[in-house]
Amino acid sequence: MTSLAIDIDPADDLVARVATVRDGRTTATARVRAAIDRIESVNGTLNAYHETTAEDALASAANLDARLAAGEDVGPLAGAIVAVKDNICTTAGLTTCSSRILADYRSPFEATALIRLRAAGAIPLGRTNLDEFAMGSSSEHCAWGPVRNPHDPERVPGGSSGGSAAAVAADCCDAALGSDTGGSIRQPAAFCGAVGFKPTYGRISRYGLVAFGSSLDQIGPICRSVRDAAVLYEAMAGIDPHDATTSERTVESPLADGSVDPATLRIGVPREHREGGNHPGVRSALERAIDRLKDAGATIVDVELPLTDHGISTYYVIGPAEASSNLSRYDGIRYGHRAESRPGEGLEDLYARTRTEGFGAEVRRRIMLGTYVLSAGYYDAYYKRALQVRRLIKAEFDSAFESCDILLGPTTPTPAFRVGAELDPVSMYLNDVYTVNANIAGLPAISLPAGRAEDDGSSLPVGVHLQAPAFAEATLLRAAATVESLLR
Amino acid sequence: MSGTDATPDSNTDSNGPTLDDVARVARLSRLALDDAGLAAAQADLTAILGHVATLSSLDVEGVEPMARPHDQVNRLAEDEPGPTLDRQVLLALAPEVEGDYIAVPKVLGEGGA
Repeated sequence: MTSLAIDIDPADDLVARVATVRDGRTTATARVRAAIDRIESVNGTLNAYHETTAEDALASAANLDARLAAGEDVGPLAGAIVAVKDNICTTAGLTTCSSRILADYRSPFEATALIRLRAAGAIPLGRTNLDEFAMGSSSEHCAWGPVRNPHDPERVPGGSSGGSAAAVAADCCDAALGSDTGGSIRQPAAFCGAVGFKPTYGRISRYGLVAFGSSLDQIGPICRSVRDAAVLYEAMAGIDPHDATTSERTVESPLADGSVDPATLRIGVPREHREGGNHPGVRSALERAIDRLKDAGATIVDVELPLTDHGISTYYVIGPAEASSNLSRYDGIRYGHRAESRPGEGLEDLYARTRTEGFGAEVRRRIMLGTYVLSAGYYDAYYKRALQVRRLIKAEFDSAFESCDILLGPTTPTPAFRVGAELDPVSMYLNDVYTVNANIAGLPAISLPAGRAEDDGSSLPVGVHLQAPAFAEATLLRAAATVESLLR
Repeated sequence: MSGTDATPDSNTDSNGPTLDDVARVARLSRLALDDAGLAAAQADLTAILGHVATLSSLDVEGVEPMARPHDQVNRLAEDEPGPTLDRQVLLALAPEVEGDYIAVPKVLGEGGA
C-alpha cells in the first residue's frame, strides 16, 4: 500500500509553524481547517483519530485569532494543533481509553497536562486511538479497530500511543500527547519516524491520565523535532497539587543554551543494546549514529547493562500488579459500561459480567496476571522480587552514568511488524526490551528518527534511543538536539 | 500478605498455575470466564510467568524493594475543604440512579469474596 506519511523535516516543526501564526502569515482558524481536511482524507485508512473535536478546536482558534489581532500575548504554542491520546481526560468529547467499558464516558474534568497546553495556546483537535488502556505495543488491541502505520498501512504504528504517532507521521496534527508506561511513547514514535519523549517520572502531572501503572506512567509528547519536545515539555512540566507524585524540582528551560558541542559529550553505548538480536536495519542505523557522533568528536564509551533482559520480566510483574489494582474501579456502578441486569442476580455477578463484557483480551490477561502475582502465596516470589530487581536495575543505571552523560541505543529491536502478525504475548512484550527499564527506574528518555530499514519490501523508519539520569531533561534534550542535527 | 497458602512464598510454581488457580484468580479479578476462557488464560499465564521466572536467577538477598522511582515520599495536602465536582454531574455518569443515589443490585445474602 502507498505510504501516507509525509517525511518529517525537523525545520518544519511545531515551533516553526506557530511562528507563522504569530507573525500573521496564517491564522489558527485556517490551520485547524486544513488539519480537519487532512484528517478526513487519511483517517479512514489509518484510524489514528477516534474522534475529532472540531467545534471545540475552531472555537479555541477563533478566540486565539481575535486575541492575536488585539495584540495580546497568546502563549508560546499559540495555533499549534495537538492530538491527544484517548486515555488523557478531556472535557471536549469522550475519554474512552479505546475500551468498550468507557465507550460513552465523558470526563467531568480535564487533565492538568492538557489544561497547561491550552493555557500555552495549543489547540487540541481530537483524541487518538491506543491499545486498550495503553496495554500493548501495536495499537491493534483497540475496541475501535487497529491503527495503521502511515509509512506502510499494512504495518502497525507501534503502541500503545499508536494513534498519536500515526497522526504526527501523517501530518494530521503538529504534535500529539502520548503516555509511556514501558515504551508506549518511544516505540510508536520510532515505528512512525517521529520524535517521542518520556520525561522523568514525576515531571508531568498524571492528574487526568487514566491510571495503568501508577509508578511507571508518564505523559509526554510525540512530535516533529527535539525543539518541539522541549517546548511541549516545558509547557506541561512542573508540580501539580492534584498529583502528589509530581516533583518539586525546578523545571529548567531545556534548550535555553541550544544543542551542545558534540566534543563535550560522553555517550555510553550499552553492549547488550548494541549486540542484542537486532534487525540489520536497526543495527546499521545505530552504528551510523555512533559513527556520526565519533566523527563530530564525541567520546563513545562502552558500558554494560547486564540486567537489560530482566527488565521485561520485572515490568510484567509490576505493571500488571498496579493495573489490576487501578482497573478494579471499573465495576459498572459509578460510571462506564454496565451489563444488563438479570433478575435475582447479585452485585458480584454484575461486576464480573460488566468487566468481562467491557474489557478486551489483553486487559483481562494483565488484570489476571497482576492479581496472581499479588495473591497470597505468590506475592514474595513475584511482586516483592520484582521490586527488588527494580532497585538493582536503577543501581545499574547509576553505575553506567558514572562513565557517561547519556546512553545511546536502538529504540526497538525491529522496525514495525505487520498488522495481524498475532505475536504471542511474550513476543509482543519483547518489543519494549530497550525502553522499559527507563520506566522501571523513572528516567527521562527520547526516541529520535535515525533512518530507515528495508524489511520484506517495505522501507520503514527506525529510531535511536537516548536515556539520561533522573531529572536531567536539559542534558538529554540538548544532546538529542545535537544527535538530531548530526543525523539530518 | 504472605505464607498463608500451601504454596511457599519462596518458590515460583515452575509448572505454572493450575486451572483451579486460574479460576481463583478470575474470581478475585471479578471476571466471568467460561471453561475455554479459563484454559486460554492458563496457557497465557503459564507462558508469561515462565518468562518472569528468570528473575529467580538473580541474587536479591538484602535488597530493599523499590515500589516507586526516586524513593519519593508522600506529600500531604493541608486538610482543608476545596472545590469538588458537582454531585449532579457525577450522578449523570452512573448507569443507574434513584433520586440522589447510585442504584446497585441487592448485596445481602451473598457470600463474600
